[in-house]
Amino acid sequence: MKLRANLVIGGSLFALAIIVGLLAPWLAHTDPVMDANLMNAEEPPSWTWWFGTDGQGRDIYSRVLYGARVSLTVGIVSQLINSVIGVALGLSAGYFGGWWDDVVNALTNLMLAIPSLIFALAIMAVLGPGLTSLLIALGLTNWSFTCRLARASALSLRNQGYVQAATVLGYGDLRIMITQLLPNMLGPIVVIGTLGMGSAVLSEAALSFLGLGVRPPFPSWGSMLSEARDQITTAPWLSLFPGLAIFLTVLGLNLLGDGLRDILDPHSRSRRT
Amino acid sequence: MHEPQRKPDDDLILRVEDLAVHFPLGGGLFGRERRLLRAVDGVDLSLRRGECLGLVGESGSGKSTVALSILGLLKPTHGHIVVDGREVATDSQSADRKALARTVQIVFQDPYASLNPRQTVRRTLEDPLRVHGVAAKSEIEDRVATMLKHVGLRPEQADRYPHEFSGGQRQRIGIARALILNPKIVICDEPVSALDVSIRAQIINLLLELKDTLGLSYIMISHDLGVVEHMSDRVAVMYLGRIVENGDWREIFERPAHPYTQALIAAIPDPLRHAPLATTGGDLPNPLNPPNGCAFSPRCRYAEAVCRSEPGPVLETRPDGHAVRCWRSEEIAGQAALASSLSGHP
Amino acid sequence: MTGVPLVEVEDLRIDLDDGSRRVAAAEGISFRIDRGETFGLVGESGCGKSITALALIGLLRPPLSIGGGVIRFDGKEIQHLSAAGQRELRGNRIAMIFQEPMTALNPVSPVGRQIAEMFVLHKGKSWREANQLAVESLASVRVPAPERRVNDYPHQLSGGMRQRVMIAIALACGPDLLIADEPTTALDVTVQAEIIELMRNLCAERGTAILMISHDLGLVANVCRRVAVMYAGRIVEERGSADIFRAPSHPYTQGLVASLPRLGSRAALGRTRLKEIAGVVPAITGFPDGCRFNPRCAQATDICRTVAPHTDVLEAGGFVRCYHHA
Repeated sequence: MKLRANLVIGGSLFALAIIVGLLAPWLAHTDPVMDANLMNAEEPPSWTWWFGTDGQGRDIYSRVLYGARVSLTVGIVSQLINSVIGVALGLSAGYFGGWWDDVVNALTNLMLAIPSLIFALAIMAVLGPGLTSLLIALGLTNWSFTCRLARASALSLRNQGYVQAATVLGYGDLRIMITQLLPNMLGPIVVIGTLGMGSAVLSEAALSFLGLGVRPPFPSWGSMLSEARDQITTAPWLSLFPGLAIFLTVLGLNLLGDGLRDILDPHSRSRRT
Repeated sequence: MHEPQRKPDDDLILRVEDLAVHFPLGGGLFGRERRLLRAVDGVDLSLRRGECLGLVGESGSGKSTVALSILGLLKPTHGHIVVDGREVATDSQSADRKALARTVQIVFQDPYASLNPRQTVRRTLEDPLRVHGVAAKSEIEDRVATMLKHVGLRPEQADRYPHEFSGGQRQRIGIARALILNPKIVICDEPVSALDVSIRAQIINLLLELKDTLGLSYIMISHDLGVVEHMSDRVAVMYLGRIVENGDWREIFERPAHPYTQALIAAIPDPLRHAPLATTGGDLPNPLNPPNGCAFSPRCRYAEAVCRSEPGPVLETRPDGHAVRCWRSEEIAGQAALASSLSGHP
Repeated sequence: MTGVPLVEVEDLRIDLDDGSRRVAAAEGISFRIDRGETFGLVGESGCGKSITALALIGLLRPPLSIGGGVIRFDGKEIQHLSAAGQRELRGNRIAMIFQEPMTALNPVSPVGRQIAEMFVLHKGKSWREANQLAVESLASVRVPAPERRVNDYPHQLSGGMRQRVMIAIALACGPDLLIADEPTTALDVTVQAEIIELMRNLCAERGTAILMISHDLGLVANVCRRVAVMYAGRIVEERGSADIFRAPSHPYTQGLVASLPRLGSRAALGRTRLKEIAGVVPAITGFPDGCRFNPRCAQATDICRTVAPHTDVLEAGGFVRCYHHA
């Protein structure tokens, strides 16, 4: 099979971000929180301080490495929550139809009508800042596209012969949904999930930027940007490196999503006829 | 299904009585009348043990609707379906559903769309057994291996996915899936029309073999009259939701009594003769707006005033069991016999 | 009738480029169609019958392309014609109808307009004249109430009516050749009879030749004067249509004729086991060496497995491509 460029580049960028997050304790030069030293405050990038230091003399390089942990945890976990909610609602709505479909449709339209970041903000306001609240807030507000997709797939798949055959064989509804419908709609849902992870990383950055994310002093890319905004002209490296990390991770996830779409698309797969 | 009823005729494995399936269609807005699609209207059928009943008709005739009702997938508007002595109820509990699944199964037309592309053949055959409470691993494996042998597949092919098989082999898998629960009745819904011509004979022979070795009863739905004649013991012809003729296969094909049956048979091109095809005149009528009286009257060359008057003709059974829904069948039968003796059909 | 045949195909080869290599999806295709003649191409899916027709009308698109051979139409070679030349030929002199008229008709344009367009494009008529001709065309394909039907959209018509409209469009400019690719496969048998008779009568009246493509040997044998049977990209037998059913010569054709349950045969002979053709239809990428039917043929010998047979001319007319033909 031909390897596709988006898949390779996107996958590598995403893998790199994960590896960096996992290996942060070994790759980092200093402790991201404790090693503050005002003697080294606002050093520009150099051989000693690869990405420079911040106003409290902490090593930006080390903080970006540790920041990957928060950003990726939020991206992956919140999108998983979104995918599970979206698939469960969409799949059952498309399969059963009727009043349940109407309810799910109404709910989906409601979610689409409210800007998800504003909705997440409201949830954060209730729950208070912190990683758990962040996961819940982002995990509950971005499932509408997955839901739409799962519903549409279920609608077209439920008329397939093999789904009818399963009904005739006496399978229960849950079994039909899980063994017959779900495996056949997974491709596009994984693609949407990958793209959703990218947007969750961005949302985390935005919420942390607004001070609603992970509490300082523990680093996340968003909170680092937030802290750096006053020094953007005097010490641009403070915002450059976390920004670059967000940019490359989100780019990687989007390329990965595109690449997956190419190989999972049934139209591009070779079929024996 | 409810508790066993008294069996009026132990020989019958399936009885369909006065079955009607109507679909309400939209259009009730602004006082317009709500429209009703009478997909099936007053159908009586019976199937004896070990028999193959051919169900013939063109698209929109309701033959698939009848099949779906027997399988419990559609709720009849009224009428009864009694399978192996028990009445099919569609609003049934899952236990009833499962009992029906062990009695009636279906082989689908399209072997490409009817197999789950993400399941191996083994999984496709093992899952139904597990759902129906077969727990012993050895029994499951035995039954799958035996079924694969029955349909002419090798045991080592069980771990492959559907896309690794040709259309004919896929249809064998579809047949194996239909038979894995040892059903008594199999509905064959155009089982060969999606297959390559050179493969069809394999599947037809296989179906007939399995019917004898496993003691099955078939309902054979097809528009290919050659296949129906080859496979069926009795044939029912449907037109616009009703049965218009029903009888022994030889009666239907040699002495068709309904003008529609005659038209169907005459429309089949004779490959040995470079002769014009017999045409019927016009397309099928709109089932939402069926003609008055006999539904075939607008296309029928024998139609007279009586054929267009309400109510339409009833299905009248002759002493020999041949049933026809036509006001003029006796006069027509005479003319048709004359015509066929003149043309010398092969 | 002049001596030049209307269509002459010689040793046509159609390549399929699957990205890494070229395979011949059809090769050694030769046949001729005379003016006003009815000729049938019969075979199973993937045998190359439809792409042969597409090559004839200049509609082959990548990954398919003409890999060699000559197509002559009315004595002129057309296989390397420019796009403009092909357009001139299409519609005007060669027309085509397809299996599914719904996809071949434009869903957002009234059918009358789609017929009228042919007169405007190819005959230089004004829209006013063309619209009048469209009504006449619909009447000629026996669409009831043509003055009203011209304003209908394709989805408002039944399958049979749509195929009538397709025929009206195809015959609008009085073509010399009508290619009908499985024209009735999507239709019910009584409607099929209507459409076949309509096509046959209209073409006979106007002297239009028909190239009919189908998997249904019985139908083609009934409609056409001569029939060529294709298997795995090659023509294996070409015969007069009555002969091919009465005395098929190639083992594949024999198998096809014997394997199909024919109406009336059970009444005459009782229910006998149908003769099966063993094995499966080969995929384009896996055509066997030698005669392509050899893995499924009971009569195959060593030479069949290595060297592809040449065509043998039969005494009774026609030809066959087999070492052991009847």
